[in-house]
This record gives sequence, C-alpha cells and structure tokens, in this order.
Amino acid sequence: MSVLINVENLGKAFRTYPSASQRIRSWIGLPTHGIKDLWVLRHLNFQVYAGEAVGLVGENGAGKSTLLKMIAGTLAPTEGRVQLLGEVRAILELGMGFNGEFTGRENARHGLSMMGMSAEEAEALLPEVEAFAEVGEYFDRPLRTYSSGMQMRVTFAVATARRPQVLIVDEALAVGDAYFQHKSFEKIREMQQAGTTLLIVSHDRGAIQRICDRVILLENGQVSREGDPEAIMDYYNAMLANKGNQKHKVESEQLDDGRIATTSGTGEATIHSVSLHSAETGEPIEIATVGQELELRVQLHIHEAIDQLVVGYVIKDRLRQDVFGTNTHHLDQVLDNVQAGQAPCYRFRFNCNLGEGSYSFSVAAHADDTHVRHNYHWKDLACTFEVVNANKKRFLGVAWVPPTLVIEQSAPQTGDAQ
Amino acid sequence: MIQRAIPVARYWWSYRFFVHSAIRNDLRARYARSKLGLLWALVQPLAMVLIYTLILSHLLSAKLPATNTVYAYPIYLMSGMLGWTLFSEALMRGLGIFVEQGELIKKVAFPRALLPVIAFGSATINGAALLSMMLAVFLFLGHWPDIHYLWLPVLIVLALWLGLSIGLLFGLMNVFFRDIHQAVPVVLQFLFWLTPIVYALPMLPPDYHGYFAWNPVAKLTAAFQDVILYQSNPAEWHLLMLGGIALAFTILSAGLYLRVKHELADHL
Repeated sequence: MSVLINVENLGKAFRTYPSASQRIRSWIGLPTHGIKDLWVLRHLNFQVYAGEAVGLVGENGAGKSTLLKMIAGTLAPTEGRVQLLGEVRAILELGMGFNGEFTGRENARHGLSMMGMSAEEAEALLPEVEAFAEVGEYFDRPLRTYSSGMQMRVTFAVATARRPQVLIVDEALAVGDAYFQHKSFEKIREMQQAGTTLLIVSHDRGAIQRICDRVILLENGQVSREGDPEAIMDYYNAMLANKGNQKHKVESEQLDDGRIATTSGTGEATIHSVSLHSAETGEPIEIATVGQELELRVQLHIHEAIDQLVVGYVIKDRLRQDVFGTNTHHLDQVLDNVQAGQAPCYRFRFNCNLGEGSYSFSVAAHADDTHVRHNYHWKDLACTFEVVNANKKRFLGVAWVPPTLVIEQSAPQTGDAQ
Repeated sequence: MIQRAIPVARYWWSYRFFVHSAIRNDLRARYARSKLGLLWALVQPLAMVLIYTLILSHLLSAKLPATNTVYAYPIYLMSGMLGWTLFSEALMRGLGIFVEQGELIKKVAFPRALLPVIAFGSATINGAALLSMMLAVFLFLGHWPDIHYLWLPVLIVLALWLGLSIGLLFGLMNVFFRDIHQAVPVVLQFLFWLTPIVYALPMLPPDYHGYFAWNPVAKLTAAFQDVILYQSNPAEWHLLMLGGIALAFTILSAGLYLRVKHELADHL
C-alpha cells in the first residue's frame, strides 16, 4: 500500500505576543522577547495509506479540526510538515466561499472552479451536482432564499462532485435532514469503495465504526492511541466517562481471540465475573438459540463503602453497535449504602430475541442512571456469545420480532387498473 | 529551481477558471440587485466633478495654464480624479482583501497568491469601465482624444499596481491590527487634498511647490492630467519612479506575507 498522507513531526502553536511592538519587531527581524507559543498539537507522526478510511476522535479542543485544516492546507503548520501524495478534497465546514446573491447553479459553478477545474469540466459536472443536491427549481434561485439544509445539500454536492483521491470530512455527516444525511453517508461510502481514502472527524460512534478501518485518538494535542475502531472507541468512551476523577483508570487488554477489551473505573466496586447461562438448566452457555431464555450473571466485589450501586449491561452486535441496554436504575432496584466486603450477584433474565450472529456484553457498575458521572467499573467484551437459529423460520436482522399474518382477500374492483 | 517551479506553475494554471469566475463574481456581487450596475462606479467621481466644477469652475478656469478648451477645469478635475480613484480603490481593495476573504482563506485550499490577482483583475475591469465612461464625457464636452491617450493603459496599470501593492502591505498588517482599516481612509483623505487634483499647482505660492515633490501620488495624477488634458507625454522618469515604488511595496508585501503566513489564518 502506498502512503497518501504523511504527517511528520507536525505541530501547531498559536503564538501570543506580549505587545504589538513585539509582533512588529518579529516582522522586521529584530530580536524579540516574551513571545509565547501555545501548542495545540505537537510531535504528530502518522501515515494514511491509499484506500484506507481513518477516523479521528478526541474531545473538544483535542486539536482534531486543527489537524484536518493543516492536512487540507488551509492552516499552516508551525513545525513539521504534511506531505500529500494525491489530490485532496476537504469538506471542513459547509458553505465555503458561497455568495447569497448568486443562484445555486452559479455558486456551484464557482465552487467547482475553486477546486481547480476548468470551465468545461465544471459545466459537465453541474447536472450531476444539481441532481444530487435535489433542491429542485431552487437551484436557479439566489442562495439567500435557501434554508440552511438546502445550502448544505448544494455544498455537499459540489464538494463531492468529482471523486478525489483523499476526502477529508469534518463533522459534515451530522448535518441536514435524515434523508440527506443518509444520502451523503452513502455517497462517502461509495467513494471509499471506489478507492478514495477517507479521513473523518466525527462524534458519531456508529458512523466511525461503520466506515473506518482505523481510528486515531487525539489527546492533549498528541496521538494517544491508534488502531482498531471498536477498541479505540471503547477506550475513548471509557476515557470520556468520569473525566477529572483522579482515581478513574482506563485500561485495554488483548483477549485470546485478538480483540481488545477496555475496562475502566474508580474501583470501589469491581466486576468479578460475568457469565451467560441457560435460564432453564443453569448451565453456562456460549451458543444460544433464537428465543431461548437466558440468564446473565454478574458477580461484584465491593471494596469500599458506597452510597449507591447501579449495575447495567449492553448487548452489542459484531460491530459493537448497541442492540439493547438497561440497568438496575431503570429496573428500580438500586442498592443503597453498600458496605465493603459485600459480594452481590446480579442475575438478569431475558429472552434471546436476537438474530443470528455474534454478540457481546458490556457490563458496568456505577452510581447514577448512567456511567458518565461516577463509574466504579466498566468492562467491554465482558462476555461473548453466539446466537444460532435452531427452531425458528428464517429471518433477517439482529432482532427477532415475529409477526402474525392475516391476508384479507377483497373482491377485485373493476375499472381500477391500478 | 525550474523543476520545482513547473508543478507550482501548473497548479496555479489549473486555477485559471477560478480567477475568471472570481473576478466575474466580484464585479457582479458589487452591483447585485442594482439596476444601473456598473454605472454607479462612475456616479461618485462624476458627482464630485460636477460639484467642484459648479463651485470652482469660474474661479479657476482662467488660471489653468496652457489650455485651449473652455472646459479645461472639469477635464483637469476628471483626469486627476481618474488617477486618484484608480489608485485609492485599488489600495482599499488590497487593504480589505485578507479580512474580507477570511472565510475562504480559512476553509478552502487554493493558491493564496491568486487573491491579489483577482483583486487586480476586477479593479482593472472597473478602471476600464470608468475610463471609457469618462472618455464619453470628454467627447460630449468636445475634447477629442489624440495619440497621447495610448499612454492611458500604462497609467491605469501603474495606478492600480501602486494602490494594490501599498494596500496589500497594510492589509496584511490589518489582519493583526484592525485599527489600520480605520486609519487608512483618514490618511487617504489628507493625501487627496495634498495632491493637485481639485486645484492646480501653479495656483499655490511657489514656496510650497517643493513639498509636492515628495508626494508620489501627485506624480501619478499629473501624468493623467498631462495625457488627457494637456495631450502631452507624461514625465517618463516619474513613471519609472512610481513603478519602482510599486515594486518595492510588492516585495515588502510578499516578504511580510511569508513571515506571517503561518499565523495569518489564526487571526481571520
């Protein structure tokens, strides 16, 4: 695989000057003092290979957008460099360089020229842009009469009119109505399949996991982790929970099957064991059949006295998308004033109304209705199991929602060809 | 060197339609939704000419030396105004370019050097429109063009280049110190009255004439007056000097740009 983006010791600092005169001195090359560099990003090194889809995640202010802008070329690095070995197109923020007085068509034409296209190339692409934007006759009306969603459609259509070698997308997936969101997501995916390399910043975990081969986590202006999307996203979510709590630790471990499981928490209570059993026989199982009654057993150890204890779990599918989740807060069984040394065992019983495939449990013990504020222990991939369809009719999807069917036969109507 | 320059040149060349499209958009955006469009570019200087002519014409026309038309003063005024308008508009254009195009600079990757090219292009078209409308007025006044008018394209380019290069330097500074955008029009107003446009130098006491030698814009407007009103060649070495000043400001602007480009977008 060839490298398309090579980021070498990249750094960006926002420079502050103690006074205007110091700034002017720096212009004319006189010695200066008191200039401070506030580093937003520093010592970044990574490569993006041809055909890859890379996600960039990190908290607000981690430097994601700054990094994308430097790669796209709109922001100059303070040190290091970005080498681009292909045509790069960036959708950083929508509505770039458009003028409200001009029609959608005129703006689209100008937008295409801004990508370095000739008049003929732009003219040839305009019908496609018009068709993709789906703003109807508004395409020939001034942009100022558009709704923001319509402007977004035109911008997106322009930005993706010609498939670039590298497409950089900053949060653009989350704009517009659901229909267009879906459509633009599909367009990005199509480009990826046709060979476009993607670099995406998004807070949408689902989008990242569906599209990315690799995720880079930025933390405090540096690449803190990179690798498999599921593992990095698990780690990132655990990191987000309980920000600022000194005791809160996040760890990742590699399981026997090569997958990476993240655990995190402050440790007042720990999840000792998680196992799945047949509710009927009590035997531990790894393969369940559709509709079978199951029992999830969660054994906790309490190490310090805690005011409130909530235990919850999420069933996740193969792509680690949430399928179902609940906790004892929602089940109205919160334990109060739990003492050190206790070892409660939780048994959750449910019917396995799941489609065929492989699933996992993420289990957590925390204080409130969510794990975000105070998380004692969170464990991803705490237990995995397989669902097979042994005795039900064939069906599709991750949920088993069997219908009953009635077909009503009415007398054929005459004169109605439809 | 050449090996590095070729891909850069090719990259810039690929943006020719962008330059074309941006110039056209710029001209259209200025007069969007106005019925008279480009004519408005003429109204402002013409109104000024009209006012001064009405007020001052009779007082001054007798004193304008070496002219043979009754409309000498309005023509003197208009030719000076033409030079001044081209210069000051190009300067204001350069001054505002970085801040006005801030969104574009922050969000879209394209060769930044094209921004002054676009500004120069649209100012040239504006200037040409202004010139042709003024020529129509001259014809109406019975002042016919002669061979010396061939100097006009040179003078127009010079006026625009001088204005733009000074404007770009202050425009770059303005990104960091926004007071500059407020201060420059005030300075320009003083400069306008320190330049013999409304009045003629011979009307002033000879003691003051020396000061005007320090005003390069006075040499520019004098060149326009020479060519249009007096129908003679402008002082070539004045033009060379103006070209030298414009070149110096161009180099200064480019140098400052290279120095601040890594933090330019952060301040837009």
